[in-house]
Amino acid sequence: MSTRTFKLSRRGFMAAGMAGTALATLTRHPFAHAAVPDLADYVPVFFSEYEWNFINAATSRLIPSHGEGPGALEARVPVFIDLQLAGDFGTAADWYMAEPHDAGASPLKGFQSPLTPAEVYRQGISFFDDWCKETNDSDFVSLDDDAQDLALVALEKGDVGLPDNLRDFFGLLLQNTKEGYFSDPRYGGNHGMAAWVYIGFPGARASFLEWNDPAMDNVEYPLGPVSISGERA
Amino acid sequence: MARTDPKKDVVIIGLGWTGSIAGIELAKEGLDILALERGADRDTVPDFQYPNVADELRYGVRYGFMQKPAKSTVTFRHAQNETALPMRHLGSFLPGDGVGGAGMHWNANTWRPQAEELRLKSYVTEEFGAGIIPEDMTIQDWGVTYEELEPYFDRFEYMLGISGQAGNVGGKIVSGGNPFEAPRAREFPMQPLQMQLAPRMFRDKAEEMGLHPFPMPAAIASESYVNEYGMQLGPCNYCGFCERYGCLNYSKASPQTCILDALKRYDNFNYRTHCEVLKVELAADGKTATGVTYFDEAAQEEVFQPADIVIMAAYSLHNTHLCLLSGIGKPYDPVKGEGVVGRNYAYQMTGGTKAFFEDIEFNPFVGSGSSAYVINDYGTNQIDFAAEGFIGGAYIHASQLNGQPIRNLPLPADVPSWGAGWKKGIKDWYGHSMGVSLHGSNMANRDCYLDLDPTYTDRHGRPLLRMTFDWKDNDTRMSQFMKEKIERVVAELNPTSFKSSYKDTGAHYDIRPYQSTHNVGGTVMGTDPATSVLNRYQQSWDVHNVFILGAGSFPQNIQYNPTGALGGLTYWTLDAIRRDYLSAPGPLV
Repeated sequence: MSTRTFKLSRRGFMAAGMAGTALATLTRHPFAHAAVPDLADYVPVFFSEYEWNFINAATSRLIPSHGEGPGALEARVPVFIDLQLAGDFGTAADWYMAEPHDAGASPLKGFQSPLTPAEVYRQGISFFDDWCKETNDSDFVSLDDDAQDLALVALEKGDVGLPDNLRDFFGLLLQNTKEGYFSDPRYGGNHGMAAWVYIGFPGARASFLEWNDPAMDNVEYPLGPVSISGERA
Repeated sequence: MARTDPKKDVVIIGLGWTGSIAGIELAKEGLDILALERGADRDTVPDFQYPNVADELRYGVRYGFMQKPAKSTVTFRHAQNETALPMRHLGSFLPGDGVGGAGMHWNANTWRPQAEELRLKSYVTEEFGAGIIPEDMTIQDWGVTYEELEPYFDRFEYMLGISGQAGNVGGKIVSGGNPFEAPRAREFPMQPLQMQLAPRMFRDKAEEMGLHPFPMPAAIASESYVNEYGMQLGPCNYCGFCERYGCLNYSKASPQTCILDALKRYDNFNYRTHCEVLKVELAADGKTATGVTYFDEAAQEEVFQPADIVIMAAYSLHNTHLCLLSGIGKPYDPVKGEGVVGRNYAYQMTGGTKAFFEDIEFNPFVGSGSSAYVINDYGTNQIDFAAEGFIGGAYIHASQLNGQPIRNLPLPADVPSWGAGWKKGIKDWYGHSMGVSLHGSNMANRDCYLDLDPTYTDRHGRPLLRMTFDWKDNDTRMSQFMKEKIERVVAELNPTSFKSSYKDTGAHYDIRPYQSTHNVGGTVMGTDPATSVLNRYQQSWDVHNVFILGAGSFPQNIQYNPTGALGGLTYWTLDAIRRDYLSAPGPLV
């Protein structure tokens, strides 16, 4: 067990705390999540403290906590991304990574960076945060919500001068954020299956024979989701 | 140093659909058979069992059952003047690896080609004149007719256990089926699958518009079924985890559910996993194969496996790759227009419209890979190619499958891709959309082909297969024709809004988004050794004890999913081997 502590920004703490309250009303299942630490207590295995703060801030703009349904922080999306980057996805274990690389090739030819996803995140966060400092006189985490959104739009549009090696950074961040929101809780995100509850996806129930009956047309499925480990919500 | 193992009568490369059929049909003959599979062993239990398989991230997104590019991939370029680059992770197409191959993670849409598609060049020439064929389009006949193949399509469909509604039985048009299909000898073995609201809405509207909707022919059991090998299937429970997943319910046809347990009971059949064939070895005169060399992962050594017959039953791209690496057939040269191996690589045209209904709840997680109503009114044999300016056709379908939210959460055009608007949009629209899509042909062209890459190699040091491919005007015109037909039906459904995505003139092939695992050609069959690798029995023209099975045989792509066609061809070839080849090995033509 690491003794390092990683603290969210104050805003992140507040958002995650509020989410805990919201979740308590959402999860009615008898199986508690007692073993799962709060987001604020999570010790990242891949990200540094600086990167962890960035990921918390960025994902909470991609899926904000405000309004109905969980945000990225309540769903513990940063935990998911951290674990993915520490594992086979982060190291591109299944990908063909042999040289030579032409990272500036037509995007139609797909990912061509010599960097693994974990390296794209690490270098991408650093590069983008430098851009934020030059452009806004502030690192990303310290910007207000609107300024963070504008910075992310610039990143998405390719307007921050990212080198070709890093051009997939935003795409990976957004894709992984949605994965962490919607994947089975066994991967660290979608905490309490709150994202599934929110949109009405029943998770791993996987048995719906009677729902083909025209009598069930336009009837909302009444049961909440189950996870692969048997949790219910 | 290579080890040499005792000789076998038959060695089979790859244990997916075609390898499993070859295995059991030749095992019945008492031959000593070894199948070599490059991937892992897989069975319903434990690999597809509930609940672990109901995992979108692992299987739907991270491609748990698919080929790993680190071990096997292709390079890609749009044209000969470009440098091809490796497909570093999967996207556009998803070859399987492991026992069952792509036959375990498919959607189980199972079609016969139209009679006209099997003699496409002759059909076009007779009906419209050869003058309408563009100069660089290299379409040709398959060398075998629908009438010849009908009993073999029938056998494959009854082996799989198809749920569906025949449209033409013995020349008699049957209401509720596909009236544009060629005559079949009998009905499908099972009644159609049950259909959800979205496909039924499409069916009702299409019918009202004078079109001819019918249920997708599905290799998914709608009732309990026992096939010719004694394998038992149970009725589908519409779990929603079909495409990219193994079936948790013994309902979807796969080598596991339809063949393998029966095959494993033959003492004269054996298979080895994690054994990738590197090369087919030829005799000094190049006219016969002596066996194969493979890499044995467990022993970490190369093995020479002598055999009298070599059945290449890998995925289409890998069969072409092995031919090029082994010197089977002359490699294609697009400049001279000579040679055959790698020639006529073709793909599949896809596209569609998402329609959004604010007041309808579709429960999109309910369904199977073949939960669809289809129209074939705009199929290859229904289009005036001369008038429309393209050769080909498509089927149009409204499917309900894979309603898992990472991959399948269609949103109206005005919903942003992130932020508060996205979060609101997913709540508003998950479960409130349906898709109507085209699944269309792709013609072969002189400059779309496969060869060996000059730069990139695989983990064994072999050159990667290089794919040179792009969309042509002929096929994008077909796509635009279908767009107009689909949007007309969708508009009649009166959705809140709809959003279309179709290839248009000038569109370039994008290897990133999933399109279909229907890569065809490269080892095409035919009647002329100058334009085909294989004769009409899928036997190598040059090396008579090598048979190559799969969609690599297709001279251009049909409008349908390929498995029905390649399954019928597999039984056709196995019948020829059993009937004629075993007693008198030599060229069958």
